[in-house]
Amino acid sequence: MVNDLLSAYLPLAIFIGVAVVIGLALLISPFLIAYQQPDPEKLSAYECGFNAFDDARMTFDVRYYLVALLFIIFDLEVAFLFPWAVTFGALGWFGFWSMMIFLGVLTIGFIYEWKKGALEWD
Amino acid sequence: MDVSFAFFYLFAAVLLGSGFMVVAARNPVHAVLFLILAFVNAAALFLLLSAEFLAMILVVVYVGAVAVLFLFVVMMLDVDFAELKQGFLQYLPIGALIGVLFLIELIAVASFIVSGGKIAGAPLAINAVAQGERNITNVKAIGDVLYTTYVYYFEAAGLILLVAMLGAIVLTLHRREGVRRQSAAEQNARTKLTAVELRKVPFRQGV
Repeated sequence: MVNDLLSAYLPLAIFIGVAVVIGLALLISPFLIAYQQPDPEKLSAYECGFNAFDDARMTFDVRYYLVALLFIIFDLEVAFLFPWAVTFGALGWFGFWSMMIFLGVLTIGFIYEWKKGALEWD
Repeated sequence: MDVSFAFFYLFAAVLLGSGFMVVAARNPVHAVLFLILAFVNAAALFLLLSAEFLAMILVVVYVGAVAVLFLFVVMMLDVDFAELKQGFLQYLPIGALIGVLFLIELIAVASFIVSGGKIAGAPLAINAVAQGERNITNVKAIGDVLYTTYVYYFEAAGLILLVAMLGAIVLTLHRREGVRRQSAAEQNARTKLTAVELRKVPFRQGV
């Protein structure tokens, strides 16, 4: 059974192998084939018309973080739905309502975030 | 030797190497990318344990969401990481202590299981799988017990997610004043009566 399960993933292993080979080939072949003339200007930041003001690494708004965090929470909610969907027929009404309460609790949070305007971007 | 052993050693070696690089990488963004590689390899190890569901969740949640969050944090903080690494050796003793403690715990648990012990509080599904009931899939084994036997833990997980959601909003949401926003409901509520005014304009006089 275990080996059946793993042999089902053989195409995935082959795919990863092919991806590694192609990726390495594309990475290594320029070192061997391409014309090379290194210059520090080629690696420096380019801004049209003036010298670069600052590093590209700058702080940005915390709201990106909020969006990602809210995404994770609903992602986890969906993760809980998968086993529920698979065993749905055998769970009965108790299992059905336990999931409905779970979804209801998160819907409260969803309404809160909607009303607060966390989904809007000024 | 089984093929799965070869894959185990491959994935474990890449996992350890990328885990080391997470700590050793100079560029923090590279460190996060190595962390993603470590997550993917951990998912492959879960797969070798025939814990398919955990492997998929690891890829979906950790690689898909948590790693993005880490990238945001790394970019947002704008910390001088070279300066941060100055005191790196200073934390080595306590790090080594925690590492050794984890190792002792792992060895204790592993030797307990190898010697045939059964964990008292372990979920039914784990024990069922451990007893060789291989004819049910991993997702089904979790689903059979999670929503009925362990319903309180399940609802508690929902409440924890709710708290996380509220906490994130309360901590980070600041409404900026003086910004003109579109209010779709208000726009739709306008009727011809309130929006349009009809004036009789006398000839050659203007409004």
